[in-house]
Amino acid sequence: MTIDPRPSVIAERLKGVKRVIAVTGWKGGIGKSVTASTLALLLAKQGYRTGLFDLDFAGASDHLVLGAKGLFPKEEKGLEPPVFEGVKFMSVVFFSENKAVPLRGANVSDAIIELLAITQWGELDFLVLDMPPGINDAALDVMRFAKGAEVLAVTVPSVLAHDVLERSLALYRRLGVPVLGVVENMSDGRRPAGACAAIRRDPKLEAALGRPAALLKTAFARDLRRAAAKAGLA
Amino acid sequence: MHEWALAESVIKSAVEHAGEQKLKKLKETGVVFGELQAIDKEIFSFALEELRKQFPAAAACRFKIEVEPAAFRCKACAHEFPLKGLKKTKDEAEFIHFVPEMAHTFLKCPKCKSPDFEIARGRGVSISYIKGEK
Repeated sequence: MTIDPRPSVIAERLKGVKRVIAVTGWKGGIGKSVTASTLALLLAKQGYRTGLFDLDFAGASDHLVLGAKGLFPKEEKGLEPPVFEGVKFMSVVFFSENKAVPLRGANVSDAIIELLAITQWGELDFLVLDMPPGINDAALDVMRFAKGAEVLAVTVPSVLAHDVLERSLALYRRLGVPVLGVVENMSDGRRPAGACAAIRRDPKLEAALGRPAALLKTAFARDLRRAAAKAGLA
Repeated sequence: MHEWALAESVIKSAVEHAGEQKLKKLKETGVVFGELQAIDKEIFSFALEELRKQFPAAAACRFKIEVEPAAFRCKACAHEFPLKGLKKTKDEAEFIHFVPEMAHTFLKCPKCKSPDFEIARGRGVSISYIKGEK
């Protein structure tokens, strides 16, 4: 007999979290990390107790979006995420020294379960999860352990992204996972097909990455705030 | 004291499994520490003593801890190797302590240098058995 004890405490670790928002999308490079990180900053700025968990282990980049450097969780009956710009932040980069994390699926699953079991989030209004692209071990684990997680799907104005998105939404419906809405990133301004809101392509966004105050002043952040409101967040 | 969180998972899980097996009181629980995670036995045992106050079914439970040596199998060249002899800094050992999968970032197969290996044994904390009274 071998029992993995860690899943038994995950619900306990998340019991103080009112809403878990999984920012997801089925293609890489469509702006999930910038969306998730900026959403967390926006929610914190509005006074909500907010957490951000970067679950894209292979391509963790929320720390770059935030400009979070020199942080490490505090050991206190587990790990307490460091607070950056009002956001409790957890990422695999705290443990990887910014080196590559070459994990196979089962390893990703183990690492996620480990971090979910030992991270003490405390009381939060929102925990934003930056999901890796697609439905894989990370996504399935989150649906398994973070019961009640709500999906905010990100897409881009491309027939490829939209087609893949349709399939993913059908799967979420089948899994009974609530979808708050679809935001179309990098929009050219036309009315987005199948999305609840468009976030216009913002040429000034890149220069604001790593600077939360500047990031919150971008057109991207303004559009995202409107999109979040439409999706019922804040 | 990150061990506290894992100790809580062990005692909670043991009590839940005892409940499933209709055991009223837990007498003994076998706890395995994977060598790779390098859990501090003293801190873990201290946490268990504190936590048992919250779990009446485990009030008199003996937690028998054993360490399982870590063993790895390389996916690239099939070489099997132990933890002993693999080089890591103090910081790297600490990161692996928190998340054992960081072994793939900091350790490599001693034969072919690949980070693509399987942790065959001795990863982290698990429960090997529970004994109790019905």
